[in-house]
Amino acid sequence: MEDTSRSLFKIDDNTYEVPLGYRPGMRVPGRIFVSAALRNMVEPGTVDQVANVATLPGIVKYSMAMPDAHLGYGFPIGGVAAFREDDGIISPGGVGFDINCGVRLLRSDLEAEAVQPRINTLLDALFQAIPSGLGSTGRLHATDQQLTEAFISGARWAVEEGYGFEDDLTHCEESGGMAGADPDQVSVKARKRGRPQMGTLGSGNHFLEIQRVEEIYDPAVARQFGLFKGQITVMIHCGSRGAGHQICTDHLEVLSRAVRKYNIAIPDKQLACAPLGSPEARQYFGGMVCAANYAWTNRHIIAHWTREVFEKYFPGSRLDLVYDVAHNVAKIEEHNVDGKRERLYVHRKGATRAFGPSRSEVPAAYAAVGQPVIIPGSMGTSSYVLCGSDAALDLTFGSACHGAGRVMSRSQAIKLFTGQSVKAALNKDGIVVRSTSPSMLAEEAPQVYKPSGDVVDVVHNLGIATRVARLVPLGVSKG
Amino acid sequence: MIAFEYLEHTADVMFRAYGETAEEMLSNAASALFKAMVDPASIAAVKKWTVELEGSDLDDLAYQWLSEIIFLFETESAVFSTFSVRLEQHGAMKLYGEIGGERIDLARHAFDNEVKAVTRHKFGIKKNQLWCIQVVLDV
Repeated sequence: MEDTSRSLFKIDDNTYEVPLGYRPGMRVPGRIFVSAALRNMVEPGTVDQVANVATLPGIVKYSMAMPDAHLGYGFPIGGVAAFREDDGIISPGGVGFDINCGVRLLRSDLEAEAVQPRINTLLDALFQAIPSGLGSTGRLHATDQQLTEAFISGARWAVEEGYGFEDDLTHCEESGGMAGADPDQVSVKARKRGRPQMGTLGSGNHFLEIQRVEEIYDPAVARQFGLFKGQITVMIHCGSRGAGHQICTDHLEVLSRAVRKYNIAIPDKQLACAPLGSPEARQYFGGMVCAANYAWTNRHIIAHWTREVFEKYFPGSRLDLVYDVAHNVAKIEEHNVDGKRERLYVHRKGATRAFGPSRSEVPAAYAAVGQPVIIPGSMGTSSYVLCGSDAALDLTFGSACHGAGRVMSRSQAIKLFTGQSVKAALNKDGIVVRSTSPSMLAEEAPQVYKPSGDVVDVVHNLGIATRVARLVPLGVSKG
Repeated sequence: MIAFEYLEHTADVMFRAYGETAEEMLSNAASALFKAMVDPASIAAVKKWTVELEGSDLDDLAYQWLSEIIFLFETESAVFSTFSVRLEQHGAMKLYGEIGGERIDLARHAFDNEVKAVTRHKFGIKKNQLWCIQVVLDV
């Protein structure tokens, strides 16, 4: 691997700077938040992508990469950048195709001892109840009108339809539905892909996991989040499915033309963008919000079916929502920039919001401590719950990492592992797995990701978000 | 001439597809895209789909063509193994594509990846001795 260390300046043990001039046209420096050990895993291409983002108009402070950063397209995965409303841009390259891919964590009132003996049966039932895998279609078959309502009001629509509870909405980022949706910006094609897929997990790195709370780091905050040692939790990781992918594809075509129309120099075609305030920018934002709301609806419905399965096997048990975070999205947020309050379009691509108690966006239930930050591990490794902090606002516009971060390509993974070998190794560790495709299991082998603990350490040590609990997988349902 | 080749990429799938003509390059690119998902040897081209696209230039049409195949795969629940392309230019550039394949049968079609989308990252078409397109797929 090419050595990029000479071009990066060490700011402190967990911060490296990509200096102005690393590539021509940079408007701000880059900041990569990694430890010395993780820095060696950052590919040169990822550093280039951080620098590319720094050339976009209206960017403020830094083009940032979280500790799980790896090579993406347009932005790196783990990329965070904010653009001034006055002279900035919005870019789907900073959001990704899977708009509002995110994670939802449910806490049960069950202890692991009660669930573990029945883990195989429970997992089979969940695998059955929640459609997953490639091209999976749902049990829901939404009508066009229902789809429009989900685009506009997200999980609220689902609650009105009888899925889940009002209380879920108050424990969800954006209350499960972002303002600003414009269903006119969703093409017929996107609707056609989205309609049958509502309430499906999809494939790839998406999963539903039954977990046990293994370790509590911060008992006071854990109590606020309703977490205790030995507790069973359920984590759902998925996004906006074909609807989001198509919305991004459609708008990328429009924004590619906008780049020429507004004469914006971009170093990567995936960074196609439009000036904020332009019709193209408004249209993309309106479409993107529809996809984001679709994703919250999707995770909400999956959570509802998960509750039904738990109710069947553990009658009277509870599954309450801890929180639900988006990690591929652009948000309008106010932040301090050079001593001034500014309205910014904060792009997080493979990065999670990590707001502290001072932010009004944090739900009332967590206003005293800060929002839960949910960091899924890879299939065999720990996931973490952290707590957002006000320190993150200055450092990263209130953003943290979103996962472990891939270090090995899929093709390499298939050469090294088989679905069978991965399954056997996980079983040996007491983790049961259900998957529709053996080769996808191989591609998602735990070894293809950075150690999730190392990534979380950086976030914790920087004070972006602080460790609250560690969760270990007991059963995983994969696409 | 090789029809296409895959290049190493950490998170996604990257390929180059070649052709004596732009049409051949585009049909080979479609084969590369689909082979990233499922082994073409397992697919019988018993059913035909046709597509008609209009674009501002070849780059635009190529992006639309590959995106259209993902759209059809998902909405038709079908897998494809044969692709042929015809380009025509009357003012705007038009693409007429014919795609052969069959409905998904999970007992016979083992999937390696689900391609979510065609990215524009490092996307480009070059003509030297051969036509060449480079594509990164989001998987």
